[in-house]
Amino acid sequence: MAMPSQIPVAPPSSDEIAILRSRFADTLKPDTRAGYSGWIIDKIQLQAFATALRNELGYDYLSSVTAVDYLPQGQFEVVYQVYKTTGGRGINFKVQVTRTDDVEVPSLVFTYPGAELQEREVWDLFGIKFSGHPDLRRIFMWEGFAGHPMRKDWHEPYYEEEVKPLKSRWPDGQIYSAESKNIHGDNITLPEGFNSKDQTFDPEKALYDALRQSSKDDVGLGTDRIIVNLGPQHPSTHGVFRIAVLLDGEKIINLKPVMGYLHRNHEKIGERNTYIMNIPYTDRLDYLSSMSNNFGYALAVEKLMNIKPPERAEYLRVMMAELTRISNHLMAIGALLNDLGAYFTPMLYSLEERELILDIFEAVAGSRMMCNYFRFGGVARDLPDGVLQKIKDLIFERLPRKIDEIERFLGENEIIRARGVGQGVLTTENAIRYSAAGPLLRASGVPYDIRRAEPYSIYDRFDFDVVVRQNGDIYDRLMVRFEEIRQSIRIVQQTVKQIPEGPVTTTKPVYQVRVPAGESYGRVEGPKGEVGFYIISNGKPNPWRYHVRAPSFINLTAFGPMCIGYKVADVVAVLGSIDIVLGEVDR
Amino acid sequence: MNGMFGKGILKGLGVSLKRFVETYLDDLTWLGKRYGTTEGIAHRASKDARGIFTVQYPEEKIPVPEEFRFIPFLVYDEGLNGEINLRCTSCGICAKVCPPQCIWIVRSTDPITGRPIPDPADFYIDADICMNCGLCAEYCPFDAIKMDHEYELASGARNLYNKKRLSKSASYYETIRPINSSRENVLRAAKFSARTRVSE
Repeated sequence: MAMPSQIPVAPPSSDEIAILRSRFADTLKPDTRAGYSGWIIDKIQLQAFATALRNELGYDYLSSVTAVDYLPQGQFEVVYQVYKTTGGRGINFKVQVTRTDDVEVPSLVFTYPGAELQEREVWDLFGIKFSGHPDLRRIFMWEGFAGHPMRKDWHEPYYEEEVKPLKSRWPDGQIYSAESKNIHGDNITLPEGFNSKDQTFDPEKALYDALRQSSKDDVGLGTDRIIVNLGPQHPSTHGVFRIAVLLDGEKIINLKPVMGYLHRNHEKIGERNTYIMNIPYTDRLDYLSSMSNNFGYALAVEKLMNIKPPERAEYLRVMMAELTRISNHLMAIGALLNDLGAYFTPMLYSLEERELILDIFEAVAGSRMMCNYFRFGGVARDLPDGVLQKIKDLIFERLPRKIDEIERFLGENEIIRARGVGQGVLTTENAIRYSAAGPLLRASGVPYDIRRAEPYSIYDRFDFDVVVRQNGDIYDRLMVRFEEIRQSIRIVQQTVKQIPEGPVTTTKPVYQVRVPAGESYGRVEGPKGEVGFYIISNGKPNPWRYHVRAPSFINLTAFGPMCIGYKVADVVAVLGSIDIVLGEVDR
Repeated sequence: MNGMFGKGILKGLGVSLKRFVETYLDDLTWLGKRYGTTEGIAHRASKDARGIFTVQYPEEKIPVPEEFRFIPFLVYDEGLNGEINLRCTSCGICAKVCPPQCIWIVRSTDPITGRPIPDPADFYIDADICMNCGLCAEYCPFDAIKMDHEYELASGARNLYNKKRLSKSASYYETIRPINSSRENVLRAAKFSARTRVSE
C-alpha cells in the first residue's frame, strides 16, 4: 500500500498570510530581526491566530513548541513551528513576553493537542506557565526541583564557565577530577522552604491527581479504580520509563507517561558547547539512529551558515541516513516482538542484519553507534576502500532476502495478528492532532514523510514510495516498518549506483565555525519521525539556543489516547509499536 | 478471528528450523574451520553468513577496521638515540574542540625567558569522561593525537591518563592505521620541505 511518488510541494503563498494580516492587523507583525523569519503575534490573540492557521489555512500539524530566553533583552519568546500534512514549507510564529519570574502564555493544547507534553517541557525548563493547560506539571524534573534549568541565569551545581572551551583545560591545565569539585550530597539545591524530611510532601501526588481527573465522570457501578505503575524499572519500557495507569478492572481509564529518569539537560549542554561539539552529543539522543540526528543538526547549522555540502557528501549522507533507518526499524521490529512475548528469537534475527549495517558504520565513521560522521558542509571522511562493495553486497544481495525472511517469519503469525490487529488504534484525525510523526503517523493513514513533503538534501532525486497504511493499529505500525525498510533499500541502491567521485567537504576543516546570527529550524525524517533542531545563533562560537524536536518524546503525546479503553496488557505492545528511545525522550 | 489455523505460526517455525539446520550445514562445509580462525570470523560477519552468527568473545575477536576509534593517544617520533619526541606542541586545539572537555594540557615555559615553549609539560585525558568522538584527532594540525584501537580497558579504578600513559610511538600508529598514516606522512613531508625551502 504505497502512495504515488509525487506529491506537489506548495510554498506558503503570500495571500494566505495577507488574509491573516488584515484580521490581526496590529497584533500580528512579521519578525524582522536579521536572520529571523516568521511572525510575532500578541499573546492575547495567540489562540485565535493558531485556530485560524489550523482551520482556515490548513496548518494542521504542530511540529515543535519551544522557548528562548533572551536574557540581555529581558524577554522570553515561545516559538511554534506549524506545517500542513499535505506537504510544503511550514511557518513559525512567536509570542514575546517580558522576562519575569512569573510568566504566562495561553496554552494551545485545545487547538493543537500535540502541544501537551511540549508545553509541559517549556514550563519545566523555562518556567513559562501555559494558562488553560489541563495538566501543567513538571515533566523531566521532579516536583521538588528548584528553578527552571534552561533559563540563562540558572546554573548547575558545579558551574565553571558560561561556555566551552573552559580555560582550566587550556591554557591553565589545572588537572582535577570532576567528582572532586562536584561532591555528592553537596551538589543539590532545594527550593526555598523545602524540607526534605517533611513526610507530608508527596512528589507523586500531582501525577496521581492528574490521573484521577478522568474518574470524576463515573457512571454505573461505583467500582474501585486502581493505579498501577509500570516501570521505571521494567524490561518492556525500553529504558527507564514509567507508565502510570488508572485501571477499572483490566480496562485502562487513563494513562500518563512519566519520564525524566534519563534527563541530562541535553539542550543546556548544547548551549554551553561550541557548534562542532554538539555533533557527537546528538549521537546520544536517539542512540539507535545517530546518523539521522547528525543529519538534522548539520542541516540546521548549514542553513545558518548558508553552505551546501558537495555532491558526493550529499550521497554519502543519504546513504548513511537510510542505512540507519533500516537498522533502526530492524531494532524496532525485534523489540516490539519481544514486548509481544516472542522471547528474543525475532529480536536476534533482526539484530544479525543490524550487525552487518553497524559493521559498515564502524568502518566508515569509526564507531558502531556513536557515529559522529557529519560535519558542517560535508561528512568527516570518505568511504574507506572496500566499504562501497560491502554496502552493495548487503543491499543488493543479503538484505532484501533477509527482510523477506523476517516478514515470512512474523507477518502472518496468528499471535501477532491477534495482539496487533485492531489494538491500540490511533485514528487519522488523532494522529495529526497529537503531532505523531514517522511510522506512527503513516500507519494511521497520513502519507506524510518529510523526504517527500519538503525534500531536504537530495531526496528529490530518488524514486521511492511513501509507505502508508490505513488502520493505525499495532499490526499496521509493524508492517509500515517492514515496507519502509524495503523503500530505504531502494534508496540506498540508487545512491550506490549514482554516487559521483569528488570531495566530501566544501570547506577546509575548522574546529570553530563562524555561524552568522539568526534562527534556523532544520528537520529530517528520522526513523522514528521528524527530528528537528531549532538553533539560534548570535554570532558567537556557541549557539544561544539549541532545541531538539525529539520524535520519540512527541510521539508519546498520543500514547495515552492510544491506550485508553484497551486492556492493561496492551500497554506494553502499544509502547513497543511507538518505538521510543529514552535517550531522546528524556534528553 | 477468521483464518486462524496456525498456518502463520508453522510458516514462522519453518524459518527457525531452516536457520537451525543451516548452522550445521555450514559447520560441515567449513569442516571445523568455522570457529577460531580468521577466515571463519570474517565469514560470519559477511553477507554469506548463515546459521549461527555469534563470535565467541574473548576466544574469538572481530578485527576492528582502520577507522575504529577509542581513547586518544599521543604520537611520538623516535630520535636516532632512542629519545622520545612528542609531536604535540601544546597548541590547545584538541582541548578546545573536546566536547566533554576531558583534555588538560600543562604547558611548559622556557626557564630563562619565561615564554611558553611548544612542548607539553604534562598532558592529561580523563578517560572516564572521554566520549571517543575523535574530534581531537581530526583537528590536530600536527598529527600528534590519534585515536587508539585498544578497547579492552576495563579497570577498577579511576582512569586519569597522564602524558606517560598516553604516549605511543609513531610505528605503533602506523601498524594500527597504515593507510591514514602513510597519507599523513606524505602530507607532512611536503609541508616540511616547503618550510625548509622558505627558510633557506
